[in-house]
Amino acid sequence: MTLAKTRYIVLASLFFLLAPIFARAEGLIAGQSFKGNNEIVVTFSGPVDRTAAEEIKNYTVYEEPDPDIRLVLKSATLAEDGKHLILHFVEPLNTAIPHAVTIKGLAGIEKTTFKVSKSYLGYLFGILISALLINNFVFTKYLGLCVFFGTSKKKDTAKGMGVVFTLVMVASALMSWFFYNFILIPFNLNFLQIVIFIGLVSLTVQAVDTVLRKVNPILFNSFGVYLVLVIANCVIIAVPLILANSNYNVFETFMLALGAGGGFLLALYLMSSVSERMQLANIPPTFKGLPIAFIVAGQFAMAFLGFSGLQLF
Amino acid sequence: MQLIARGILSENPIFRLALSMCPAVGISTTVMNGLMLGIAVLFVQVFSSVTISIFKNVIHPRIRIPTYTLTIATWVTVIDLVLAAYLPEAYAKMGIFVKLIVAFAIITMRLEMFACKEGVKDSFWDGLGMGLGFMIGMMVIGLFRELLGSGAIFGYDVLGFKPLLFFILPSAGFFVVGLMMAFFNWIEIFYKRSKGLK
Repeated sequence: MTLAKTRYIVLASLFFLLAPIFARAEGLIAGQSFKGNNEIVVTFSGPVDRTAAEEIKNYTVYEEPDPDIRLVLKSATLAEDGKHLILHFVEPLNTAIPHAVTIKGLAGIEKTTFKVSKSYLGYLFGILISALLINNFVFTKYLGLCVFFGTSKKKDTAKGMGVVFTLVMVASALMSWFFYNFILIPFNLNFLQIVIFIGLVSLTVQAVDTVLRKVNPILFNSFGVYLVLVIANCVIIAVPLILANSNYNVFETFMLALGAGGGFLLALYLMSSVSERMQLANIPPTFKGLPIAFIVAGQFAMAFLGFSGLQLF
Repeated sequence: MQLIARGILSENPIFRLALSMCPAVGISTTVMNGLMLGIAVLFVQVFSSVTISIFKNVIHPRIRIPTYTLTIATWVTVIDLVLAAYLPEAYAKMGIFVKLIVAFAIITMRLEMFACKEGVKDSFWDGLGMGLGFMIGMMVIGLFRELLGSGAIFGYDVLGFKPLLFFILPSAGFFVVGLMMAFFNWIEIFYKRSKGLK
């Protein structure tokens, strides 16, 4: 019974997530995508006029955020069957940003405009990976260091702490997103965001505390002390503040919060593994405790610099 | 006077209590950044301490933590808006860290341990001491990093060359703070040992 229900919920949510992909292809343009870092491939639903399609002057291409900056085309090549068109650009494109392409006088239509962007799921996944590795909250944004150094002594506590953080982060980020978009913006109360967000975060922590105490007392006992620590922590309050600056929708919010929480979990786990080894090592007395932990964290931060520029989709 | 000295030296928030480390690592790349954030924290600390101290008899003990949080959030909003309006350049550099003052453990801790028990005057001096301690800590780290990283202090070129560009990189913040803490520990150990011998 419960299993069947869960299956339906999973299917429904999957459909919901994938819906934007199915809803795109329509009209003359059957498909479009980036190819390499300076080409756009357009697929038409039927053969088109070769002279019109290969004339560079018929195209205007720009990055969606700034329509004033037109990108310069090098060549437009139509394939043998007249359906596949490759637009070749002079400079590499920033494929993370959606591009708008307008074609004049193609197939008798005065103007055809369409957008080229990466698949939405890939974009969401990109946000997740970015928050997890490239902009890891501990090693590249330097947030939540108090808790990070306080609880990364043992692997078990580190894991528990990371899970609690992820839970609270996702819950509070979704709630803050809702409050920000439906209450703060419509009523022009933007200046209250700090007060509202910190209130929501404390509320979420309190709620997780109460629910866990009833639902899973064993887990609650193992978390116990850490829940209180979560309230006064900058990692958690940082997520809603970043959201407020960057116009994310609800899926993107979820992915960012999940990535941030996962990144914190990852950082805690890495650090605790090193800490366990360090207890056996022979450290000079002046460096015992926090100083050596900072040095290790610095080395991790340098290692995480290597993730910058990582692009999967 | 004693209260101020305590905040700066024996209970320095950054080097001794190891609280509020995030900005110390994150944005202390120049002395100026350290000074600006230090002033913001000083402001919030002093005003929250005084506010809580005035209303300490009205606040019910069971809801004291939420009250502290809301008080701090209010003052942070004030300084956030003031900085955004009058010093937009410095504000842009500090980014999200001004808003994050709201989550600084040091401020809540001073309210819980000091301001809710003592009078208004003492709370003021205590807040001032802690804020100054934080500011000086930030500035020392900033000085170290700016001097070694870009060979300058307050943006003025002093050395004429760049000794170690590495220190201007963000991840170097961890190393600098770690080394400074080790240095303080070393002084302490050295001091104790010399005393023990005599």
